[in-house]
Amino acid sequence: MADRKVETVEIISQECLAEGIFSMWIRTKSADLARPGQFLSLYTNDAVKLLPRPVSICEIDKENSSLRIVYRVTGENTGTRQFSKMQAGDTLRILGPLGNGFPLERAKGKRVFLMGGGIGVPPILELAKQMDCERKQIVIGYRDRYTFLEDELKKAGQLYISTEDGSVGTQGNVMDAIRENDLTADVIYACGPAPMLRAIKEFAGKNCIECYISLEERMACGIGACLGCVCRSKEKDSHSNVKNKRICKDGPVFLATEVEI
Amino acid sequence: MDGGKMKENAVDMRVKIAGVEWKNPVTTASGTFGSGAEFSEFVDLNKLGAVTTKGVANVPWAGNATPRIAETYGGMMNAVGLQNPGIDLLCERDIPFLRQYDTKIIVNVCGRSEEDYCEVVERLSHEDVDMLEINISCPNVKEGGIAFGQDPKAAEEITKAVKRYARQPVIMKLSPNVTSISEMAKAVEAGGADAVSLINTLTGMKIDIHRRRFVLANKTGGVSGPAIHPVAVRMVYEASHAVKLPVIGMGGIMNAQDAVEMILAGADAVSVGTANFHDPAITMEIAAGIESYMKEYGFAHVSDMVGIVD
Repeated sequence: MADRKVETVEIISQECLAEGIFSMWIRTKSADLARPGQFLSLYTNDAVKLLPRPVSICEIDKENSSLRIVYRVTGENTGTRQFSKMQAGDTLRILGPLGNGFPLERAKGKRVFLMGGGIGVPPILELAKQMDCERKQIVIGYRDRYTFLEDELKKAGQLYISTEDGSVGTQGNVMDAIRENDLTADVIYACGPAPMLRAIKEFAGKNCIECYISLEERMACGIGACLGCVCRSKEKDSHSNVKNKRICKDGPVFLATEVEI
Repeated sequence: MDGGKMKENAVDMRVKIAGVEWKNPVTTASGTFGSGAEFSEFVDLNKLGAVTTKGVANVPWAGNATPRIAETYGGMMNAVGLQNPGIDLLCERDIPFLRQYDTKIIVNVCGRSEEDYCEVVERLSHEDVDMLEINISCPNVKEGGIAFGQDPKAAEEITKAVKRYARQPVIMKLSPNVTSISEMAKAVEAGGADAVSLINTLTGMKIDIHRRRFVLANKTGGVSGPAIHPVAVRMVYEASHAVKLPVIGMGGIMNAQDAVEMILAGADAVSVGTANFHDPAITMEIAAGIESYMKEYGFAHVSDMVGIVD
């Protein structure tokens, strides 16, 4: 059925959380369907920047049919810079929710790590809010003292922070924070830069921990057709018929052991 | 009477490409639309003249390393490298899917050698598909593809070879990365092609100045999108004057105006590619927009517009 379409949504509010990090609430029917770990495609208003920007969903408010995204402006003259200049009342073209999202049900009765690094932190917030588990340990990493979403995450679970320069929490990365606080878990959910995800995958493998990671790659269509955003998979994928999975459609969340990163 | 007025305004959107009748002149550019399944959530495929599938080879191809995609000013680059599931899975899964719709099926064929192409074409001769498009113009794979698409003699030979096995009309897809598009069009016409489609992407390169390395893992990629549209219009004009074959025009068509421009330049039909990434429902809108243009300017048939700017 050809019933999905790009939606023009209203911006409810926008604020700057830290240098280059913006938070936007939008009013959209798609809030009804959204799950933590899914993403939206955001379109600019002209075809000069024609590819949609994939941005993860940070919070879901079904009651008010609204979604929150927290994103990084990637430079001057970029699509994200355009988005950051928009204000309440402006409209934006979006498509979503897209992708699979985190498998929340795997956390029930378990000790869990919810791990985010840098601009991989935002999807961890809604995940933490919805998660029903035995022990909710949120471990997030930033470069420096310009952190964001810290207060909201603190309300959602036990929060551990690392910063590369040591200005807040453990000095180092999220793995250092786990070691310093002597934390353990049965399930891991993670989103962040590739080196962080590689370290988490290795840690999970060594300790036999079930681990889900959210991957990122440059996309064109966002809906599984163009094969731009693939990752290598351990086994042959049934759709691609090769050892490649589509991050936008089969992911962005994968069982860590399924993918080569 | 209303009936009289209706009749006066009625336009015939049908086009005939190498003996195959499409309900309207709009198809999808190979590689931008998958096999149609993903886009069918956004597009009523019944409203397209044809669906052109992503290129398929005799065996599955894994494609290039990532990043495969980069945005450029008014366009994009891709170096997917013709990842495809192989002809067996296409026949088993994708063709039956597309057959549910009232649209023509064009299967795009890629290969590394003449034998590869012929194997796929031979296999498709037993399948329920309407046309074949032979990709001799992909800039993103080392062997095959472009090797056949930049030398007139090689293009003629590969056309002859696939024509020996083809039961459906053969569209040869031409590369813009050549000195003379007219010469290439003539070469495939001499080889027995039933139609030509053009343009494939222009080879480009993008460098990340902060990391000081290539943005695409493949270093180079194919540039597409509105930035290349004028190049495509010029080449469609030249090719349509060089050969008698039907021409399927593509390259940066973002809306109905761009599509009409391509038809006026000499295209019998158009393919929409990169625009699908900016708006997944755009193909339907372009078909409807061409119809509006015809009504506005009093064209009864699409063919009345083809190549009239001369």
